[in-house]
Amino acid sequence: MDAIEAAFADGPAFVPYLAAGDPDYDASLEYVAALARGGADVIELGLPFSEPVAEGPTIQAAVNRSLDAGMTPDRFFAFVEELDVDVPLVCMTYYNLIYRYGGEDAERPRAFVERAAAAGIEGFVVPDLPAEEADPLREACDEFGCDLVFIVAPTTQGERLDRIMARVSGYVYVQARLGVTGAKADVSTQTGQSLDRLAEWGVPKAVGFGISSGEQAGEVVAAGADGVIVGSALVDIVAEGHEAGDDAATVAERLETKARELKEGAVAGAQRTPRPERT
Amino acid sequence: MPAIEELTDAYERYVLRNEEGFMDEFRERLREFGGRPTPLQHAERLSERYDTEVYLKREDLLHGGAHKLNNALGQVLLAKYMDKERIVAETGAGQHGTATAMAAAHLDMPCEVYMGETDINRQRPNVFRMRLNGADVTPVTAGRGTLKEAINETMRDWATTVENTHYVLGSVVGPHPFPVMVRDFQAVISEEARRQVREQTGELPDSVLACAGGGSNTMGAFAAFLDDEDVSLHAVEAGGSSLAVDEERGVAPNSASLSTGNEGVLHGARTRLLQDDDGQILESHSVSAGLDYAGVGPELAHLVESGRVRAVNVDDDAALAAFHRLSSTEGIIPALESAHALAYLERVAGPSSPATEGSSGEPRDEAHDDLGDIVIVNVSGRGDKDLETVIEETDRREIPEAPEMDVFTEGL
Ligand SMILES: Cc1ncc(COP(=O)(O)O)c(C=O)c1O
Repeated sequence: MDAIEAAFADGPAFVPYLAAGDPDYDASLEYVAALARGGADVIELGLPFSEPVAEGPTIQAAVNRSLDAGMTPDRFFAFVEELDVDVPLVCMTYYNLIYRYGGEDAERPRAFVERAAAAGIEGFVVPDLPAEEADPLREACDEFGCDLVFIVAPTTQGERLDRIMARVSGYVYVQARLGVTGAKADVSTQTGQSLDRLAEWGVPKAVGFGISSGEQAGEVVAAGADGVIVGSALVDIVAEGHEAGDDAATVAERLETKARELKEGAVAGAQRTPRPERT
Repeated sequence: MPAIEELTDAYERYVLRNEEGFMDEFRERLREFGGRPTPLQHAERLSERYDTEVYLKREDLLHGGAHKLNNALGQVLLAKYMDKERIVAETGAGQHGTATAMAAAHLDMPCEVYMGETDINRQRPNVFRMRLNGADVTPVTAGRGTLKEAINETMRDWATTVENTHYVLGSVVGPHPFPVMVRDFQAVISEEARRQVREQTGELPDSVLACAGGGSNTMGAFAAFLDDEDVSLHAVEAGGSSLAVDEERGVAPNSASLSTGNEGVLHGARTRLLQDDDGQILESHSVSAGLDYAGVGPELAHLVESGRVRAVNVDDDAALAAFHRLSSTEGIIPALESAHALAYLERVAGPSSPATEGSSGEPRDEAHDDLGDIVIVNVSGRGDKDLETVIEETDRREIPEAPEMDVFTEGL
């Protein structure tokens, strides 16, 4: 638990996402390492599910490339074990994979969390798991010292917001706009309002959905975010490299450069606006 | 699922508590626009054939040609009461899309329908009907291009537009409150059938048969009988071409999730699913587009688990044979979906079924006994949409009792 909190402790955190195994296992290992070199503070690793309903076209395609290349939960854990990065890793996946892990007789969802924690995963984001249904996973996370991140949409309110607040740890994923993932040219004006609603929450607030440049990362941090989450803009680099047939080292270099731009943008944003003390 | 709370609230107020007379208006519109009540027809030839009184609940006579209008009208009306300005829906066979497009036109709401490409190609008449009713039909190319992918895409649209848009989900699936709400709108089928069968026979039926894709006509046909412990309820799934999974291609050549699936979580509901060992959802397959879904409604799955409902299945060939049988003997061309329910009757009580073979005084198959003397079969829809599929598929296979198809296929 402490590793993720610590990652947010000094300055705004840059939290990139990649689908593990996209476009294939070996290249993906290099890409994740490149993000770490580029300044990632936490890395969200997607464990591909066949029905990625929270994702836009970019990440859907990434998920399919990874699945086609043979990604499975067990290969994902091997992937995490093989990764040589000194950054806390969060597993982003859908609940059925967690629920089914270990087969019919497994203790669900504990078996998955136990295995993930052993591989070195520090937290989970599960976009199709509502807080109402999250207690078994929350308990397993507590048992194995993992965080459980929830996504808060601009429309989330009332009791639902309270239920999330009671169960979230690590950071809260503040969805910058309604809809599904995908890089956008502008930063949503909903971001500031969304952050205000969560001002009292005792976990860092990381904003994602649509951020694609250092400039935007800066705006989001200036609006009060403790971190920025960037997925599609990075997955785009993987996809373009894959389509052009570029070698993995070249693509990794582009990812590192982009990561640096995003991290620096976030830091610049923090300097622009004095950030309130978090208690 | 950000809109879920708002929807739950609206469901409780308008549907459960009839606030602002919502349910009264719904029932009125079902009568006037929808053509309810639908008949419960005694089927003479089938009754003779199966040596049992067979009654057909004629949802094929509902406006639009399928039970789907019950739910679509309910939800579009609810969207009106919720001050939504736009409707999105997904469709498999196109029946739900058609019903939604009709209801949306009737209630003056813009409507967009997502439909898998495979299904667009096999259900063209419904695509035309949706367009004629003013809906936009958006093709979905992901996966095998069937209902599962169309649901994913509609959920994505809804997540983006939830503030002004209502998602008219087409079956008793998805997150709460959809499964119970859709059941409530479809329950009119069994409410009527229960009354009608008593009027006509003085008794309750011994059994009720309905096909099960997502399970909305199923739950609708069963709902009012659930407390009648003596009425046995059969959910007939699509056994497709085989019940075994094609591991190589990651495809289940069936959509029998109750019969062969196992527990999992999809589209916001815990239910029975066709999935691999890792929990990845399999592509399903059925000759009938409306049954072609890897999941099933959670309440139906629960009723099967508790033993109240029996899950059975018939394969593509049996469904096609039943399609032809009803068409030629009773003058009713059923939807391929509904033909599955009819095929089950043939399997357990047909003249050449194992249950009735050999007059050696052996006890009849348990399933046949279970059907009893009065059987209601829900004819969930009419088969006009399926004619092209039926002609092609019948031509490729050996379907007993089917007329020659080459006269048609020359023209295709
Ligand atoms: C006529 C008909 N029956 C049955 C179904 C299957 O749906 P459900 O299982 O929800 O009734 C469909 C779906 O399109 C249909 O068109």
